[in-house]
This record gives sequence, C-alpha cells and structure tokens, in this order.
Amino acid sequence: MKVTVDQDKCVSSGQCVLNADEVFDQRDDDGVVVLLDDSPTDDQAVNVRNAAAACPALAIDIEE
Amino acid sequence: MSDTLTAASDVTADVPEYPMERDARCPFAPPPRMLEMGEARPLSRVRIWNGTTPWLITGHEVARALFADPRVSVDDRKDGFPHWNEHMLSTVNKRPRSVFTSDAEEHTRFRRMLSKPFTFKRVEALRPVIQEVTDQCIDAILAGPAPADLITKLALPVPTRVISDMLGVPYEDHEFFQHHANVGLARYASAEDGQKGAMSLHKYLINLVESKMAIPPGEGPEDAVADLAERVNAGEISVKEAAQLGTGLLIAGHETTANMIGIGILALLENPEQAALLRDSDDPKFIANAAEELMRYLSIIQNGQRRVAVEDIEIGGETIKAGDGIIIDLAPANWDSATYAEPEKLDLTRDVGQQLGFGYGRHQCVGQQLARAELQIVFHTLLRRIPTLELAVPFDEVPFKHDRLAYGVYELPVNW
Repeated sequence: MKVTVDQDKCVSSGQCVLNADEVFDQRDDDGVVVLLDDSPTDDQAVNVRNAAAACPALAIDIEE
Repeated sequence: MSDTLTAASDVTADVPEYPMERDARCPFAPPPRMLEMGEARPLSRVRIWNGTTPWLITGHEVARALFADPRVSVDDRKDGFPHWNEHMLSTVNKRPRSVFTSDAEEHTRFRRMLSKPFTFKRVEALRPVIQEVTDQCIDAILAGPAPADLITKLALPVPTRVISDMLGVPYEDHEFFQHHANVGLARYASAEDGQKGAMSLHKYLINLVESKMAIPPGEGPEDAVADLAERVNAGEISVKEAAQLGTGLLIAGHETTANMIGIGILALLENPEQAALLRDSDDPKFIANAAEELMRYLSIIQNGQRRVAVEDIEIGGETIKAGDGIIIDLAPANWDSATYAEPEKLDLTRDVGQQLGFGYGRHQCVGQQLARAELQIVFHTLLRRIPTLELAVPFDEVPFKHDRLAYGVYELPVNW
C-alpha cells in the first residue's frame, strides 16, 4: 500500500489521526495532515482505508 | 413554450414546505414527510420561507458527494442561496466573510486559523479536564435535591466550561453567552431580535480580542482568542474578522454539544438495553462508536446545511442547475436505509463510521474531535456513576426544541 496526502486540500478535521494514528499526524500550528509512513504495513491497511474514506476533504490517496 | 410552462408547474405544484415538522409521537425521528421523500428519491424540491424552491437532499450518498463537491458553494451572497430566515438575508452584506460563508482558498485560510486547539492530539490531552468537569457536575447533582434538570446541571455547563477555557473567555460570562447565543439561533428569528443577540456577542468578542492584543507576546495565557489576537497584530486578519471567528467557535462550541448531550441521554434512557451495553463497556472503541451512533440517530442540526450550485451538477438522476439552492438535511441522510439497516433503531453495536452528524466536506465541523471527547466522557461517566438514572416526568411531557436550529430538549428532569 502506497499513501499520499494533499496538504493544500486538507481542512484539519483530524479524521486521519482518529482512524490511523501510526500513519498520520497533524501539524501543531494549524492541524494540517502530516504523513508519518507512506508505505504502511498490512496490519494498518484497514485503518488507512477508513481514514481515507472519512477524510472530508478527500486529501488522502491510496494505491493498493 | 409549453415546455417552459410544464417545467414551471412541475416546480410549483405540490412542493412541500421546508423546514418540516417532526411527529410529536416519534420525537427522535426526522420529520415523516422528509423520510417519505427520501424513500422516493435522494433529492427533491422544497419551498422555503421566501417562496423559492431549492433542492432538499435526503440521501446519504448524494449528501456526501455534494458536501465534497467544489461546484457547491457556501457563499450566502450568491443569487439563489437558500437563506435560513429573514435575519440571515437582511444581514448578508453586513456580516464579514467567515469560515462558514467562504469557499476554496479563502475558507482554507480561515479554517486553519481555527484548527490549532482542535487537533486530535490537543483534544486527547484535554480529556482529563473534560473528565474532571463532568465529575464535578455529577458530584453536584448527587449532592443536590432530586429531581434534577440535567440540562442546566450537566449538558450546558460541561461544554460551556470547556469551550470557554479553550477560547480564553471567562467562565463568569457564560450566562451572558447562553442568552445571546440562544437569541441569535432562534429558528424563526425576527431580523431585530437576531441582530441584537449577534451584536452583543460580537461587541464582547471585539473587546476580548482587543484586550488580548494589548498583552505582550508570551506573557498572557495560551488560548484560541489569544491566537486570533496574535494574527490581528501580525496583520493577517482584522479585529472584526477575529471576533467573527471567535463568536462562531463559541456558539458552535457550547450550544450544539449541550443539545447533543441532553437529547443523547434521553435516547439512552428510552433504550435501556443499549444504555446497559455502554455502561458495561470498558472498550474505548465501543464507547467512541456509541457516541457516533447517537450522533447518527439524532442528527441535532435540524434546519439543513445551506449551499448554492455554481455549475450544473448531474446527481441522483437529477440536474441541479447553476444558481439552484441546495439544502442538505443531515437527519434523513443519517436515516437512509440504503446506508444503515433499520435506521430507526438505536444500535450502539452497528458500524457507523460514515455518519453525517458533523457534516462532511471541507466545512465539516471544526470542533468535532472536541465534541466526540465530550460526548464519550459524559455519556459513559453519567451511566456509570448514576446507574439508577430515570426520567422524572412522563416521556411525552419532555419539552423538545422544535423551534431551534439545534434540536434537543429544553429540560431533562431526572431521578435516581
């Protein structure tokens, strides 16, 4: 699984961290997404898919 | 010619009025007419207070798609925008642009100014504070006379104290806020009443921003209004814009959560087997999902999210034309049986990940992580600490807020 994020689209909802806090974080100043791991392991796959589905700004892309 | 006539009469004949009334016998359910419309198709025309006929979105999938669609605008100055009421229309050019009424990059700029205190990790760090405030309120209830009103003793004070602390607004002023926020949010507010409430709050916030601007950097407490004051000092925004953003956070931060706590407790009391599941659980994931399911079941923002199309949009078998008003109502979308089996059942065990109670898209609730933490802590703690909690009046005497933008109950008298 390959993950990319679009920081320009991000609206700081925190949904990604809520769903997959080992893969995503938020910048302290404005809550914008920070990608911690662009190639998460299989055990993270469900969480990452949930994060992408929950992101209200459609700022997370996944290549399986 | 005949085409035009047919099209016009299609729109005018038998278009239901919006907002719609709930059935008093099923006060947790969305209005029955709205559910019927949702069964027939995911979007249809309704007539609003000024005679216009915007689209009402009732389907979950269409609601999600439109919330995320850049061809859908929240700019209330655009022709065709379906305003809530006369007050909102009459003040449209007086109100500065805000996070609620701006699109695209302008919105992103406002939104990021507000996001700092609401990140997932900042809110997680606040959990002990929320727990402490909740426990203090419950201590006071247990020490006081029964019956007690859970709205004034728990549902209002918890979020008010938390948001006031976060914003740096003194707790002593909370009565002032509740009063003025309520006047401003009345569902059919006259232009005059609404304006008075909004002006008082706005003036208060301007004073607060200015007092924090005068504090040298690093010397005052860190809070959200201090952050905004710093941005005014840096020339990024005006005092007026800062006050507008602060007012928005304050109102959104206490009124909505308070209503959700109150009506959420009532829903749990009416579904004792579900309340028992929550009371007996120590699993943070289950407790979190329970709060989401209560959000889905109750969708307290009852007057529709207002939008206007800026381009033609083909969706759900219809064409929304550029300039058409759009009202996305969260309650029927959250009761869409295509998404949630038996939506009329409160089921804390269902997978409710995509519930729309916080909206969706770039305008999704900025305070959602805070609201989640508050709801999870308050519901679970209350059920644990007062396991014998019960309604002190017959269910049909509980006064519901049919006339407010945020649904809930005015009073919730309980015994234990």
